Amino acid sequence: MSGYLSGVIAILGINVIFAYGIFVTAAAGQLNLGGAGFQAIGAYGAAILSLEFGLGIWAAIAAATVIGGLIGFLIAFPILRTRGVYMVLATFAFAQVVVGIVLNSNYLGGSMGLIMSDYIETGAIIWATLGVILFVFYLMSTPMGLAMRAVHDDEPVADLMGVNNRAVQVAAFALGGAITGLSGALYAYYFGFVEVQYFNALLSIFVLLYVLIGGTQTAWGPLVGAGFFTLIPEALRMGEDWRFLIFGVLIVAMMILRPEGIVTRDAVDRIRARLSPRARDA
Amino acid sequence: MLIVQQVLNGLMLGGIYVAVAVAFTLTIGILNFLNFTIPTLFMLAGMIGWSVSFYGLPFGMSEPLGWIPSLAIGILCAIVASLIVERFTYRYFKAKHGDATEHAIPLVSSLGFLLIFEYMILIAHGSDPRGFHTPFGDLNWRVAGLVISIPQVVGLIVSLAIVAGLSVLLARSKLGRALRATAEKPDTAVLMGVEVNRIVPIVFIMTGLLCGLAGALFAVNYGEVSPFMGEQVGTKAIAGMVLGGLGSVWGAVAGGLIVGLTETFSIYFFGATSAQVTIWGLLLVILLIRPKGLFGHNAIGKGKF
Repeated sequence: MSGYLSGVIAILGINVIFAYGIFVTAAAGQLNLGGAGFQAIGAYGAAILSLEFGLGIWAAIAAATVIGGLIGFLIAFPILRTRGVYMVLATFAFAQVVVGIVLNSNYLGGSMGLIMSDYIETGAIIWATLGVILFVFYLMSTPMGLAMRAVHDDEPVADLMGVNNRAVQVAAFALGGAITGLSGALYAYYFGFVEVQYFNALLSIFVLLYVLIGGTQTAWGPLVGAGFFTLIPEALRMGEDWRFLIFGVLIVAMMILRPEGIVTRDAVDRIRARLSPRARDA
Repeated sequence: MLIVQQVLNGLMLGGIYVAVAVAFTLTIGILNFLNFTIPTLFMLAGMIGWSVSFYGLPFGMSEPLGWIPSLAIGILCAIVASLIVERFTYRYFKAKHGDATEHAIPLVSSLGFLLIFEYMILIAHGSDPRGFHTPFGDLNWRVAGLVISIPQVVGLIVSLAIVAGLSVLLARSKLGRALRATAEKPDTAVLMGVEVNRIVPIVFIMTGLLCGLAGALFAVNYGEVSPFMGEQVGTKAIAGMVLGGLGSVWGAVAGGLIVGLTETFSIYFFGATSAQVTIWGLLLVILLIRPKGLFGHNAIGKGKF
């Protein structure tokens, strides 16, 4: 595998995991515009655990995932008090505070960042990505996944049908925090350093766009969204600025053509029906 | 005295946030649309104003212009950009789906436009901050040991005057009544004879005007513009709007001034990079205590995404 190709695959893997972290909350009907904050927690968690506490690579990554989940769990309670636009902006504020704290802390490297002492290869990221994809597909097929869909589609009705909305939403935030934290830890170990400038507001916006444009109805959405928007700019091979300009144009066009996201539940059902004649009758 | 000076500086800075926060709160209050292009409209006015004053009009149509016509052109561009956003986000989804119930859709489109405008400017002018020179760049007024920058005072007054004019317009005029009717229930407003399709662009023109004006004031007051000024200033205006409560014009004024004061005090006491933590931390705490902001209307901005 050439260096360029393995680099693209690693970034794709990290972005896909990141997108699934945001997807899990979005699938339960909560927009999280604080992705960069959760990813920064994972990245800095892994960095500090390995540099200061001498944890091994996999122990640090696992611990960073748990930390991400724990913070997602804790922040869910205040954030779930808000609704709609207020919630989107509360998550945004959370990310700004996290990044601001890192920026002001000498212990966390401030604006200089931290340099890792260990590295992982692309192969590890591929396995982690496959694991996360399988896990989220499995999750969406369990009763928990069904409850998340119900809360996403109609909160009052889900409540009437006996779904514990609050528990589902808190669980979704915790899971989302853990998966996003994992992507941050992988990022830190793959690139060998963490710098706070990377975790800016635009990153939160991008990852939410991957998810919304991929589609929040099925677990295919983030995979397609993150894949599409990581690979298309690579394929276009233009200057960095032009990539983002085209990204913007694609977003506007995509919302006009497929406002529910690229992959919708209907589309998945239709493709299934075509692939196996039996499913059509069911 | 130093404290009083900080209060003054905070209020001046807050004046800029106020104009942008009011633009946010208008689109949310009337259209239930979180318009993320607003920070870039603010940036467009400043950067286009700078480019006209430095290079002149595009394609060699003129020599570099003076600062007043340059900023006027910048504001005009912000208004035009705002109307383009209206055409492809709000109007389109209204026409296609009858009702913009999926609020995330125009939100996502507006994020797309944010990228388009920001990177157009970056491609055209690079990422360096640019100096913007006006004849009264450091025209100060010294009273009792305080330094008061006159352009900043004028800016604050202009900003507050426009907001006051706007709230009178909303409360008293026929247009204001139509806007409030649209805010309450668009469909009923149509049945009552309000031409909603002609009203909505007016909201976007106001948005462009407010952001453009704030961008121009920023350029004059601080003598510098950059492609990132939208991110740096515009996002803090969001914090101001949410603090004040969505849909409340005077809430946005209060919120904008509070954010300005918080920022200057935070920088004064804890250093230059601390403002990000204090401003957004304050917002999180306020949302924790009052999930609808300080003066927010109960029904606004709580719709499901």
